[in-house]
Amino acid sequence: MPLIIGLIGLCLFPFFARAYLVEVAMMYFIYIILAQSYRLIVTVHDWQLYHIVLYGVGAYTSGMIAKNFGIPVFMAIPLGGAMASLVGVAITTPLLRTKGWGFYIATYGLAELIRLSWLKFRNPFGGSTGIINIPWPPEIAGIDFSAGIPYYFFSLGVMLAVLYVLYRIEHSHIGDSFKAISMDPDLAASTGINIPRHRLLACGIGGFFAGIAGGLLVHRLGAVDPKLFNLVTMLYLLIWVVVGGTNTFWGPIIGVTVMNTLFELSRPLIQIRPAFFGLSMVLVLIFMSGGIEGLISKVVARWQRRHDMPVAET
Amino acid sequence: MTTQLLIQTIANAISASSMLALIAVGLTLAFGVMQMANLAHGHFFMVGAYTVYALYALGGWPFWWAVAAAVAVGAVIGLIVERSIFRPLQGDVVGGFIATAGLMFVFEVLMGEIWGWGLSRPIPSPYMIPFRIMGAAVAFQRVLLIPFAIVSIGGLMFFMRRFRLGRALRAVAQDPEAASLQGININRMTALALAISGAYAGLAGGLMSPIYAITPSLGGHLILPALIVVVVGGMGSIGGATLAAIIFGFVITFVTTLIDGVTAVMVSVSVMAFVLAIRPQGLMGRVVA
Repeated sequence: MPLIIGLIGLCLFPFFARAYLVEVAMMYFIYIILAQSYRLIVTVHDWQLYHIVLYGVGAYTSGMIAKNFGIPVFMAIPLGGAMASLVGVAITTPLLRTKGWGFYIATYGLAELIRLSWLKFRNPFGGSTGIINIPWPPEIAGIDFSAGIPYYFFSLGVMLAVLYVLYRIEHSHIGDSFKAISMDPDLAASTGINIPRHRLLACGIGGFFAGIAGGLLVHRLGAVDPKLFNLVTMLYLLIWVVVGGTNTFWGPIIGVTVMNTLFELSRPLIQIRPAFFGLSMVLVLIFMSGGIEGLISKVVARWQRRHDMPVAET
Repeated sequence: MTTQLLIQTIANAISASSMLALIAVGLTLAFGVMQMANLAHGHFFMVGAYTVYALYALGGWPFWWAVAAAVAVGAVIGLIVERSIFRPLQGDVVGGFIATAGLMFVFEVLMGEIWGWGLSRPIPSPYMIPFRIMGAAVAFQRVLLIPFAIVSIGGLMFFMRRFRLGRALRAVAQDPEAASLQGININRMTALALAISGAYAGLAGGLMSPIYAITPSLGGHLILPALIVVVVGGMGSIGGATLAAIIFGFVITFVTTLIDGVTAVMVSVSVMAFVLAIRPQGLMGRVVA
């Protein structure tokens, strides 16, 4: 029920809000796709640091094929996703045997190789200024998707579709195997789960949706540059996911909504803003593991117990 | 490449290796003892550099006193981070790793707010005369780093092998539970590891401060090469980190001189990926079952 009210609210929102707020809302949708696709990878316990580069791969691929080869925008975006998925698998495969921390650093290093090649090769990637004049989406059936409100609904639709697919994956057999791997890899392996294959699968699916998010971004901004995808952006992604909580599906959505709202509101404090976000992540990790979502479910459970209601399984 | 440039580049590479080794040894020690990766380690270096800036360039202290203060400040920061972040998150590898990522932001803003954003802080080198060797001139400040790195890393290895306290550190690194059964106080050992780690980063930062352009983002630039060195060396292995520091010091310096800095990073991550694809545990890492 709250879900339906929320959806109606999201549908009415662009007709009443200022144009700027509509743009901000689109960024929320893109970030939610990004955070949610990252969470899928986190469920296999691969806290990699290159997700933001896959987002960039999607953005660069989609932008470049639409600009240079005239591929329609709505086809370029999924192609960008496919490319990001391939790159993610290509980065992960040779380093699957490295353990824990070594895996995070090594894959991050390889992703940095990709990001630096955007910086280094002016042709075709445009160097530090990036690529401009990336085509807007076309007009379809009389609706001009390069305008704010149609693109708002387009990105909302994509987000809902992605969330639906990820939700289904999490509650499928594959999703159960992912969780088994993160809880106890040895036990999971002994029950016949092929761990490397599942890690690659998570990485491929997550990478695909990260690439979709990148495509959505680039055809709205009309430009792309390597700075958008550096370690700082990755840290913000981590902050959203960690502060929101990774135990359930809703955590990253809450995380993006809360943290990005604080981010927008704290624009006047732009210099010291990173310290606030960094500190909030440290404090959440130490005192509130489970994040905001974990806190909410704890409070709800306590309330239910006090009122003699059946306690929901968490 | 002329002989003069070649000699100069080799000298610079040895100096860069020494700096990388000083940073990476602390990082790998903290990892070995606590299983915790400290992403904010580059920021320890930066704080050391700012300490020398404050005391030597602004406060007029003698350079060596300022460097000694940087070592002390680094050790204290290491202790604070150990007590406030690593100890509460003991056993949660991912948590500790991400928490120090948040810490990077905190340090950066702190330094920016205290000492100003954007502007790099110039520190006059106490030794203006270049070091001349076979027709090439190398900044004396860079040469200075080499004996310091050799003595302090050699000293650390000696300490880890010959002293009771050092052996206790290694015992905790190998098996914390068995170590605590032997009466070793684990919390004290992890605090010691982080203090040493911070002190070494502070030392490197202090010594290099007249050469680097000190800005609040310095720590973020240094951490990637340091992490690469630790991972390639074999996490937790001091000898491995030193060996990898030498390799990458040469790779980075030569590629930077011949091509440019961006390519140097690209080449070094490629080397890293190549090594790890063949030896996932790193050059001198132990295979963990």
